[in-house]
Amino acid sequence: MTVQQPTRRGAAARTAPGRGRRVSAGEARFALALLIPAAVVVFGVVLYPVVRTLVVSFFDVDSPLPGSYPFVGFRNYARVFHDPRFYPVLGHTLYFTLVSTALELVLGVVMALILNAPLRLRWFWRSVAVMPWALPTIVNGALWRLMDNGQYGVLNAVTTSLGLGAHQWLGSPFLALNMVIVADVWKNTSIVAFFLLAGLQTIPSDLYEAARVDGAGAVRAFFRITVPMLVPSIAVVLILRTIEAFKVFDIIYVMTGGGPASGTQTVAFYTYLQAFSNQLFGYGAALSYLVVLAILALALGYLRILRQGALAGVQ
Amino acid sequence: MDEQVVPAQGLTRRGFLHATGGLGLTAVLAACGANGGSSGGKGSGKGPIRALFMKQAGYSEDDIAKMTAEFQKANPDIKVTTDFVAYEALHDKIVAAAPAHTYDVVLIDVIWPAEFGLRHIVADVSSRWPASWKSEMLPGAIATTEYKNVFYGVPWILDTKYLFFNDDHLTRAGVDPAQLDTWDGVITAAKAIKKSGVTQYPLVWSWQQAEALICDYAQLLGAFGGSFVDSSGKPAFHNGGGVQALEFMRQSIVDGLTNPGSTQSLEEDVRKIFSSGQASAALNWTYMYGLADDPKQSQVAGHVKVLQTPAGPAGRPGVNGSMGLAVSAQSQNQDAAWKYVSYLTSQPVQNKFALSSLPVWKTSYDDPAVVKTNPAVVPQAKKQLADMILRPQVKNYNAISQVLQAELQNGLLGKKSPQQALNDAADQAGSLLNS
Repeated sequence: MTVQQPTRRGAAARTAPGRGRRVSAGEARFALALLIPAAVVVFGVVLYPVVRTLVVSFFDVDSPLPGSYPFVGFRNYARVFHDPRFYPVLGHTLYFTLVSTALELVLGVVMALILNAPLRLRWFWRSVAVMPWALPTIVNGALWRLMDNGQYGVLNAVTTSLGLGAHQWLGSPFLALNMVIVADVWKNTSIVAFFLLAGLQTIPSDLYEAARVDGAGAVRAFFRITVPMLVPSIAVVLILRTIEAFKVFDIIYVMTGGGPASGTQTVAFYTYLQAFSNQLFGYGAALSYLVVLAILALALGYLRILRQGALAGVQ
Repeated sequence: MDEQVVPAQGLTRRGFLHATGGLGLTAVLAACGANGGSSGGKGSGKGPIRALFMKQAGYSEDDIAKMTAEFQKANPDIKVTTDFVAYEALHDKIVAAAPAHTYDVVLIDVIWPAEFGLRHIVADVSSRWPASWKSEMLPGAIATTEYKNVFYGVPWILDTKYLFFNDDHLTRAGVDPAQLDTWDGVITAAKAIKKSGVTQYPLVWSWQQAEALICDYAQLLGAFGGSFVDSSGKPAFHNGGGVQALEFMRQSIVDGLTNPGSTQSLEEDVRKIFSSGQASAALNWTYMYGLADDPKQSQVAGHVKVLQTPAGPAGRPGVNGSMGLAVSAQSQNQDAAWKYVSYLTSQPVQNKFALSSLPVWKTSYDDPAVVKTNPAVVPQAKKQLADMILRPQVKNYNAISQVLQAELQNGLLGKKSPQQALNDAADQAGSLLNS
């Protein structure tokens, strides 16, 4: 869906002159009628939970059932910062977000360049490259859990045959966190690559021709033409991937269950544990609001950078 | 696409905002208000009911389908729908489904009656309990669904962890099975098996960061004379037997006797590793016998033997890993739900499916038909089920268990000394027990 964004923006720009055109009342009513179902869905499944969660975060709600719970103001929020288990969890989340996003970006650029190159059977390579992203995260997690299994996993078969010995890939906290990152990178690099591929295809080839005429080599052309022209795509991908990585939950749930020794618990996973396993819904709601605030801050930061890039005439 | 964009911007903005703003406001107001939930009702004793079970251990999906079909035949006016989830997802599913009244019957673990009962997720069924059940059921079973003299369900899966071993491995390593009677003996036997090269790692356990870890730990804690909480309700697992149990577990990893994959394994992983002949001995629930001894699913069929849990310096209590069937407090059809629960827990039904899970009824253990269904486990169960250790019966058990799981793993992985890990767990659990 988001892949179409550039196209949609293009369409809006094309129709901009029609902005002031008045439409007939009947047409408008019809448009409104068409929009109502979507509006009901959006407000029902987005706005209601958003507000409800905010309300719950101010109460000491310790059951899923409706009832009257004591009002505690900001105490649930304060509790987060006094929770000794929260800081390691935050550390895992930041590490996961930083490393997985960085890896996905670097590998994504490489993959996009390869897919953009005039290869034979290019359609075939492109279909293969999109496969990991097409897998549901749950399947991806289960797949990697099996491959990383210390007893019968294929990864150990490979390392043993290479003389590197067998390892418990998910057996120690830090290694397990890195293995989850590997699984996440394997899946999401393809979507990053496709974003960047779309960006690459908008770069006019005469720019490269001109560079060649001026005597620039491939490396120089990459850093002076490709990278600056790709900045808007990179920014979009960075925003999306950072947000996704920050709220990572499903792959952790499937691959490690937060273990070993809580070494792979992330903020989203911890929030889930508090809310559903421990039935501390007020505390869980406060935690999830803090996640939202963190993501909002990240997104605003990125958007700022993107705007500065646009002002600099990159777009 | 262009046509859609133009009218939306023409009317638009203001009218659209008014309309949707109204909707939004309604949503916000609804979110702020306390939405009144309806409580459950007895219902007519007929109609549809929905039940939630777990996928692994205890009765299989197949068993439950057969039981339900029989029940439907006898009660054509009740229509039962069954759902199955992994044990690891069962608790959270019950919690998440409670406000929506999705389930009428839910399977609950022995550690949940306090939490679910006090939060009105499952119904108090004390008044429906016939007085005779209290004398006809085993005491360990009765404790499963009881909290502070209130019954929140009916015991159904009566289980504890037994020691399963592969007699072929023992013979090949020249080990006498009688050695497996104590934990010291198990270690000696495991060393001999490892030395003989029959298996690299003779022992495998379910020590993943999950409730399964607490079950194995509870059994060892009991054997070493420890307890979870003292008489005043404060954590006590960081003293004496509790520490010795973790030291024992850690040492078995250091000595290379325990499969290092144990810290990422649940009961099903243990079953698979044991069934593939890669382990010589393992603790597991009753259900492992039927599957590990089935040639279709196991490479060690015919070599599976079952013993009571080995004794430690303080005895051999088995962890109470029983489960019960509860009626949801939110169910609108509690009478029909109760009929279904009474049928599934009745003695004839339980006797019939004794291979998967042993009955909660005392007299079943002397019934030749039951002994014949599961001749390996019943004799051991008769001895073991009288001696069980309960995990703490407290409202926020899950939070305490999570803390303990993480610290036990720190001890198992050598990140902390056993004493340090348990001290840290006791610190955190102490404040949770008070809250």
